[in-house]
Amino acid sequence: MLKLRDVKAYYQTPKAVIQAVDGVTLDVFENEILGIAGESGCGKSTLLKVLYDSVQPPLKIVSGELTAEMKDENGQTVLLGPGEIRNHWWRFISYIPQGSMSVLNPVIKIETQFFDAISKKHNLNNKKEMHERIAAYLKELDLPVEVLNSYAHQLSGGMRQRVLVALGTFLHPQIVLADEPTTALDVVIQKSILLMLMEVQQRMKNSLVIVSHDMGVHYQITNRIAIMYAGKIVEVGPTEQVFNNPKHPYTQMLIQSLPHVGDRGERKGISGRPPSLIDPPKGCRYAARCPFVMDRCRETSPELIEVEPNHFAACYLNEMKGA
Amino acid sequence: MSDLLLEVKDVTKSFRIGGLVFGTELLALDHVTLSLDKQKPSIMSIVGESGSGKTTLAKLILKLHEPTSGDILLDGKSIYSAEHGLDHLDYLRAVQPIFQNPFETFSARKPVETYLYDTALKLKVAKNKNEARDVIAAALTSVGLDLNVAKGKYAHQFSGGELQRISIARGLIPRPKLIVADEPVSMIDASLRMNIVNLFLQLKEMYKVSFIYITHDLSTAYYMSDFIGVMYRGNLVEYGASDEILTNPQHPYTQLLLDSVPMVGKKWTRDIKAPDVELKEYQATACKFAGRCPFVRDICRETKPPMVTIDGIRQALCYKPVDYEPGRTTVKSETIAAS
Repeated sequence: MLKLRDVKAYYQTPKAVIQAVDGVTLDVFENEILGIAGESGCGKSTLLKVLYDSVQPPLKIVSGELTAEMKDENGQTVLLGPGEIRNHWWRFISYIPQGSMSVLNPVIKIETQFFDAISKKHNLNNKKEMHERIAAYLKELDLPVEVLNSYAHQLSGGMRQRVLVALGTFLHPQIVLADEPTTALDVVIQKSILLMLMEVQQRMKNSLVIVSHDMGVHYQITNRIAIMYAGKIVEVGPTEQVFNNPKHPYTQMLIQSLPHVGDRGERKGISGRPPSLIDPPKGCRYAARCPFVMDRCRETSPELIEVEPNHFAACYLNEMKGA
Repeated sequence: MSDLLLEVKDVTKSFRIGGLVFGTELLALDHVTLSLDKQKPSIMSIVGESGSGKTTLAKLILKLHEPTSGDILLDGKSIYSAEHGLDHLDYLRAVQPIFQNPFETFSARKPVETYLYDTALKLKVAKNKNEARDVIAAALTSVGLDLNVAKGKYAHQFSGGELQRISIARGLIPRPKLIVADEPVSMIDASLRMNIVNLFLQLKEMYKVSFIYITHDLSTAYYMSDFIGVMYRGNLVEYGASDEILTNPQHPYTQLLLDSVPMVGKKWTRDIKAPDVELKEYQATACKFAGRCPFVRDICRETKPPMVTIDGIRQALCYKPVDYEPGRTTVKSETIAAS
């Protein structure tokens, strides 16, 4: 559906260039939930902006290719590049943002916001017909129809986030991007929203890309997961395989550090801190914190190689084992 | 003298929301009773969702609010009463806070070390700057940092993890008996979070300091604490040793909370959807969880359930363990019907 080839997206400011996404190659397949995991400042939200074709200065795509395969009304595949994808927002690709309070307009009723977002793309100008279709869709998602008549501040945080999910999926887009959709919410509500996202994806058989820093969320809902570290993807593969058999030292330590209820075994964090993205090291970006670091890791940056079917990792250790 | 370090005695705190005329009372804490033992330093976690009253409880213990009714005692002395209670300086030397966001804890315009000097001098831990320097250097060493490296730096020159360590070091300067930490690791990245959590465990052993750890994260609460209190809408609904509470929860709310955590290694079963939160729950007079509880019976909606003591060691604010019999407040775990 979406293809990224060696994409570099930098924030260019007069003082410095921040290499937020540096050489990312990633495919989004049809009918899957893809998770993007990483710490704050690793470039995962920037990567999502690139996928959504919402690149605005100071962010700039410096090199690399982005192609999207869109099926048009007649079922024909149309190839779209950067700058073209944005013409098909809402219908082909939609975006569910993080802060539901700051995204919804506080002085306009929810229903009007649905109209504003959708009417231009849907050639539907009959308000009554639109209202019926929106109400029917909300019912399908088990949301009360009364929310349409409310303002954003009258809804709870969980309900607002559900409204955003409904808005983002109303036109049955082929790709839905979600940036930390449940971060500020309580666990009980988080679960219900994640289950709602899974249900919508299963019904529409489209692709859902979800960005989260919470490894538990990825384990619960994704089919594939990509782990980012300091602007690069260090590991990508089927979720079960990545969790059970991580092939990059960063992923290994990240998973080992998670505490579990019912297991008192000692957990260790990773020492040190991620490198600056203004002046990253020339070799592997994890080298300074890696317990298995070798001389060549500091010299050149490892490429993603296939360690198992569909499971890739960017680490020289795997190369040595394979040879 | 008392054998309890901290006693929270039947504390209630209500806030007024809305105007003077048309506003309503919001019961943020509803008759909460808790205690921490003095002999053995321990870590007590208070877990709950937003709006459960856990931060209000922390603020009351930190003297940032005063309770509407009830009292909080430290070493057997009230921390609020001016006459017979604890002297404010003694209080500050015994109880220290750690807050959620270290970038808000420290001003961006002052070198971070000035806060450490202020604490050392104002709490009379050190008489002059030279003495203070030694005290601060020792505190920073105990959290794995070096004063020479931290000297003259501002908040933005540290990572979140480092800054939170400095915040902990500041709290350690007067050698307190109790540290109240409100969500101290929720702003810290996963790879560094466990370093801070392990630091708490180390400090507990090294300095014999007890912690009250306020969090919404059940996994770290389980990992580090000796006791856990679960809060819901101002009520303490379940309390006991952390192993008991999280591996064999008795209150239906604790069960719901535990089922909702996205844990690695155990996939969710697709079950009933959680209904949305209502403000009404705060004002409910009987059980506040009744509207969401799968085991609800009529009695739960009519009268407030008792704090039931199970096996003499743990407590749950629920009718279910006593088989919905009013008046009973103790039960043995073998006799509780399996749900």
